[in-house]
Amino acid sequence: MADITLNKIYVKVWRQNSPKDSGRFETYEVENISQGSSFLEMLDILNDNLIREGKDPIAFDHDCREGICGMCSLYVNGRAHGPDRDITTCQLHMRKFKEGETITIEPWRAGAFPVIKDLIVDRTAFEKIQQAGGFVSVNTGGVPDGNAIPISKVDADEAMDAAACIGCGACVATCKNSSAMLFVAAKVSQFAKLPQGKVEGARRAKAMVAKMDELGFGGCTNTGACELECPKAISISHIARLNREYLVAKLAD
Amino acid sequence: MSKGSFLNASIGRKFLMSITGLFLIMFLMVHMSINLLLIFDDSGDLYNIAAHFMATNPLIKIMEPILALGFVIHIAWSLIITYQNMKARPVNYAKTEQGINSAWASRNMLILGAMLFIYMGIHLANFWWKMKFAGDPLLEHITVKGVEMENAYALVSELFKNSVIFSIVYILGGWLLGLHISHGFWSAFQTIGLNNQIWRKRLFIVAKVIGWIFTIGFGIIPIYFMIKF
Repeated sequence: MADITLNKIYVKVWRQNSPKDSGRFETYEVENISQGSSFLEMLDILNDNLIREGKDPIAFDHDCREGICGMCSLYVNGRAHGPDRDITTCQLHMRKFKEGETITIEPWRAGAFPVIKDLIVDRTAFEKIQQAGGFVSVNTGGVPDGNAIPISKVDADEAMDAAACIGCGACVATCKNSSAMLFVAAKVSQFAKLPQGKVEGARRAKAMVAKMDELGFGGCTNTGACELECPKAISISHIARLNREYLVAKLAD
Repeated sequence: MSKGSFLNASIGRKFLMSITGLFLIMFLMVHMSINLLLIFDDSGDLYNIAAHFMATNPLIKIMEPILALGFVIHIAWSLIITYQNMKARPVNYAKTEQGINSAWASRNMLILGAMLFIYMGIHLANFWWKMKFAGDPLLEHITVKGVEMENAYALVSELFKNSVIFSIVYILGGWLLGLHISHGFWSAFQTIGLNNQIWRKRLFIVAKVIGWIFTIGFGIIPIYFMIKF
């Protein structure tokens, strides 16, 4: 079945030359876009046009383009990763848009994610939170025999669900408070349910929350928006676990 | 680490909001139960006895300043938290569709809280101030079952019988409170960490039910007096 072609769409995009630049919106016309093409392919076509016109192409992050690396971002038409559920921007398709529509594209907006250029933001803050405690530092030895460390299926599944986090930052971008709680919760939760991770559980929760606060992320007000916009649909139940881990660790101090 | 750093941490601040919020919900449960005596006894005796008990019981006297403290902390910390949260996003989005991914009440707890604060001011001026300090001719002492007490029933019922505007203000107040609590109740459990995949659905339903109980429980009183008298 042939894809429908969008004869003309308007792309209203945030342009910012450098972190210091105040930035502004610019609107571009893009013609003949197949609805079967991906959103990023549409941006590639627009950039190709801009380069041919001798203009500066739009800078945006992308890498694997199959929804697993966590590089792509973009706040499209008022939603992180655009108007669809459980996908990254690279998995968004032009069939979600209509003929003649004006598509608004903004970078992630958070004080902790400063804009580097156009739509690219600096997500080093996530690395810093990870470095504060998102790891297992005890020596776990060689590969143990299968079934030597019994872990229930329920716990293994929950840890795996949390580990699905790709660190894209959609939770921060979509949260009205720019809170990184879902990210930190996922990174704490993926270890908290497993015996190797439990050992440093208290220290991890305290260190990662302290770093998150220090970097200027907001607090969680439990709107639940992050869970719905998360490309991996990570549950806010993990946030409850983070709160529990943190409060218990603090009580023990 | 010191206690101070806990209360300065994002989760510590929210922990305070949660426990004060749950404490205020418990107070409101008691408050509403007593209020409902207004519509179950038109002589006013039941309500007057309960009001007299609340005004004179030593345990209640001890709880009064604790309750006031609960309100102060809940309000003060809400302002601190909101300020911190607003600071976290220096540049706002030109276009957002938050309605798709979250409930209005969950995003606007401060606005609901501010409206409830105004409502509380009106409410305290109407009743609490008169009962405690200013006095009112309607409060003239009566004797119920041999005990002399203020006629609190007269003060409350006359307001609703005579003023449609105040009745509407009180119905709206109950509705705003219901909205506030329909998010606040389950949210408090989430923040304390008492939540998981199974309980979140339960808590969410319980929060909605409690919200509606407050909306109807407080709202029905002015409606009763408007219709019956």
